Amino acid sequence: MTPMKQVLAHGPSIAWFVIGPETGNILVHRRSALVAFIAAVVVLGLVLLALRLGDFPLTPLEVIDVFLGRGEALVRTVVLEWRLPRAVAAVVFGAALGVSGALFQTITRNPLASPDVMGLANGSYAGMIVTLVVLGGSWPMLVTGSLVGGLATATVIYLLALKDGLQGFRFIMVGIGISAMLASFNIWLLLRVDLDVALFASAWGAGTLNTITPATLIPTGLSIFVLFCLLPIVVAPLRQLSLGDDAAASTGAAVGPARLGAIVIAIGLVSAVTAVSGPIAFIALSAPQISRRLAGTAEVPLAATAVVGGLLLLTSDLLAQHVIPFSLPVGVVTLVLGGLYLVWLLVREARRTK
Amino acid sequence: MSAFNQWVAILRSESATLAYDKRIIVEDLSLDIPAGSFTAIIGPNACGKSTLLRAMAGLLAPTSGRMILDGKVIATLSPRDIAQQMGLLPQTAIAPEGITVAELVARGRYVHQRLLRQWSAQDRDAVADALHVTNIADLAERRVEHLSGGQRQRVWIAMVLAQQTPLILLDEPTTYLDIAHQMDVLNLLHELNVSGRTIVAVLHDLNHAARYASHIIAMKDGMVIAAGPPAKVITPATVSEVFGLATEVIPDPVTGQPMVVPHDTRMAIRRGLPSR
Amino acid sequence: MQPPAFALWIVGILSLLLAVLVLSILVGANPLSVQTVLDTLRGHGTTEANYVVWTQRVPRTVAGLMVGAALSVAGALVQSYTRNPLADTGLLGVNAGAAFFVAIGIIFFGITSPSGYVWLACLGALVLTAIVYTIGSAGGEAAGPVRLTMAGVALGAVFSGLTTGLALTHPDAFERMRSWSAGSLLERDFGVLVPIAPMLICGIAISAFVAPRLNSISLGADVARSQGVNISRTQALVLIAVTLLAGGATAIAGPLVFVGLVVPHIVRWGVGVDQGKIILGSLLFGPCLVLMADIVGRIAVLPSEMPVGVVTAFVGAPLLIALVRRANATGL
Repeated sequence: MTPMKQVLAHGPSIAWFVIGPETGNILVHRRSALVAFIAAVVVLGLVLLALRLGDFPLTPLEVIDVFLGRGEALVRTVVLEWRLPRAVAAVVFGAALGVSGALFQTITRNPLASPDVMGLANGSYAGMIVTLVVLGGSWPMLVTGSLVGGLATATVIYLLALKDGLQGFRFIMVGIGISAMLASFNIWLLLRVDLDVALFASAWGAGTLNTITPATLIPTGLSIFVLFCLLPIVVAPLRQLSLGDDAAASTGAAVGPARLGAIVIAIGLVSAVTAVSGPIAFIALSAPQISRRLAGTAEVPLAATAVVGGLLLLTSDLLAQHVIPFSLPVGVVTLVLGGLYLVWLLVREARRTK
Repeated sequence: MSAFNQWVAILRSESATLAYDKRIIVEDLSLDIPAGSFTAIIGPNACGKSTLLRAMAGLLAPTSGRMILDGKVIATLSPRDIAQQMGLLPQTAIAPEGITVAELVARGRYVHQRLLRQWSAQDRDAVADALHVTNIADLAERRVEHLSGGQRQRVWIAMVLAQQTPLILLDEPTTYLDIAHQMDVLNLLHELNVSGRTIVAVLHDLNHAARYASHIIAMKDGMVIAAGPPAKVITPATVSEVFGLATEVIPDPVTGQPMVVPHDTRMAIRRGLPSR
Repeated sequence: MQPPAFALWIVGILSLLLAVLVLSILVGANPLSVQTVLDTLRGHGTTEANYVVWTQRVPRTVAGLMVGAALSVAGALVQSYTRNPLADTGLLGVNAGAAFFVAIGIIFFGITSPSGYVWLACLGALVLTAIVYTIGSAGGEAAGPVRLTMAGVALGAVFSGLTTGLALTHPDAFERMRSWSAGSLLERDFGVLVPIAPMLICGIAISAFVAPRLNSISLGADVARSQGVNISRTQALVLIAVTLLAGGATAIAGPLVFVGLVVPHIVRWGVGVDQGKIILGSLLFGPCLVLMADIVGRIAVLPSEMPVGVVTAFVGAPLLIALVRRANATGL
């Protein structure tokens, strides 16, 4: 074999390696796999920490006992019914948000695109506020209201942007337009209600995991899992899409269906999370960028983004619960944390190029 | 010059009208691309050649009429089917930030890969051969955004070659290339043609077309003015009609093919030479 | 479709602007006849009419003019420089910085009036833009608009998170912040407008200077340099102009993000891609949008008032969507 063929034997370049025989293999990017692995390890450590901390502190052994089937009833309740659902939700929701942001950014070829920017968060928020103000708002009603709001917004954006096919720029701009209208609508509504209602709505509006119980976690978690299973179908065509529509189509990628599929998955992921937790800002925007810079890949790495997203949300939630003296919604922390981490990455990137 | 069967059309346009949002570029156009030919499409700027190429590649659906690839209507084929037969070097391709040469060339293998068959020996060989034949093997690990315009152009050509299709469409493949590299690319395309592939290239240089192509299509304002072998198409009359330029056509001293020399008397007058 | 003659466009927008300015003085919650208004303007009005016209309508008209012009020009600059259609003035952190400093002022210094907010907002905008610039251009000019955008987004997130955190834990501040955040021209008198005016004039002057250089830069860094454009200096000037304009406008009216985003797009689709024309068009059309929104806000929900920030979205967004759906809409 020529030297070039030796190099290429394990993937398009030395940055990749192949898992599996010729008849059935997958390509894995080394560094992005490493990032995903390390982030996953950290996540596990933090989950363990999350199970230990709280008004009722536990030692690691007590936690492990619970998983081995032993332990007192109270300890089991604390771990399995209060803390574990919340920690799992943080990881799973963070992953869902990260992936949905990654999909949006890949489709639009724009690092600023995210479901937040496109108005889905505002739509869910609007749905929730309307339900709260008009119907009084028991918890299941609020969840439904926010889900309806988000999906309705997505549909409206899609229909308005659809004209001779779905074009990236038009899609973004319609999303921004609808988003701004909804944001103003929300501000206007909040100005008209009592202060305490406004505070409650704003707290939810910043995103919170306070409302997670096994009953809310399981259906949401399942929907997210199902949507994740659909991802492998769109990953390869999306990677071709980043070459431009013409180049993608001429190499054989089904551009239109891939884009539509990715949008549907992304919207599904965001709606599922937002319905239960409110719009948690910035993870969809920052997790893809953070993981892409860490992994050094040309496009956003989905698996690494999922784990990084989960890590971001879990860390934010732990900080919000145990470190910050006030009671703050997790969305406030994700904004600050995600923003700071992105800044750090940018500075580090600058130092390296100097 | 390879022998080709001019009666078999591998690509055909049947009364196709091509338009972008109500603006008609090409109307009711019928032409054939002979199988096994090296076809060059020439014409002035904005005459519809790129639009025609995109339509032939299946990227633009005709508003009326149809495009036929190897006997099948393109509109009924899936992108995968088309990509197995035909590769395209487009004008507007984006290299994602941070991608290396080898990785980008490997993207051309998409149609031969499956969900669980993401890298094979064929992929490896195709990429290696494409890199070798375009002379960019030593650039394989370099980032595409750090290359010069000419090097980048060869990377895109390599990507199309890696796709290993019997039919290759290229839109202005010699842009950004210096004269030596232009000759390299054209010779490469010619060799590919000799070994059996059909090449369709939009070329801006008439002399390149005359020297390398076996079949030339001259377009103007969305219509075909002339089509046939170089000797038939590259004539002063045709060039004048298509480009509005007075020229002399003489035999190329090296290959004997027609060579176009613009009959621009302004330079002759400025130099004080006798004008003809 | 070729953009219609530029002169025609300018005449059209100017006429619209004049009409809107007149409307803004004539229309309001207190119905006054045209004759009364004219009398008051000439100095013969009743005390009540004087109050309505001189203390409320004229200042807010002027405020709308200043804010609309400033935000639109700033938006045009930001979009041209970052080459990103999602870019708006808030992207460089102006709004986040202004809001943060206003929140701090309310909570820790007890400042409660718009004239007090003005200087806080200004300072906040300046500080944050400076930080964004430092981080965004750390890699030298090779880093480019993408880094600047990302830096602006990142820092904007940090500060808006901090602001929300502060607001949610101090209910009285929350109350004041939520009315400031809606963006309003109410109670903005000349005491607020006159000190900010020099900032805006300076910003517009810099924009005019920078416009031809931005045209060169849009052709690519190499072309620009060969045309004698100093890219890093242009970047610095753009930043300064945006800070002055967006900071000043936000200081006056609170965050009105959507204006800076939508006006340059609308103008560009009418006048083409020359930066000078876009800036001039934005300068004239921006006030139209803001003042129309303000007028609507005054009369749409009588007897109360809809803040102009809320209305600009409802006015601007459908315009944007309708334009995007037109066949020949293109990206930047």
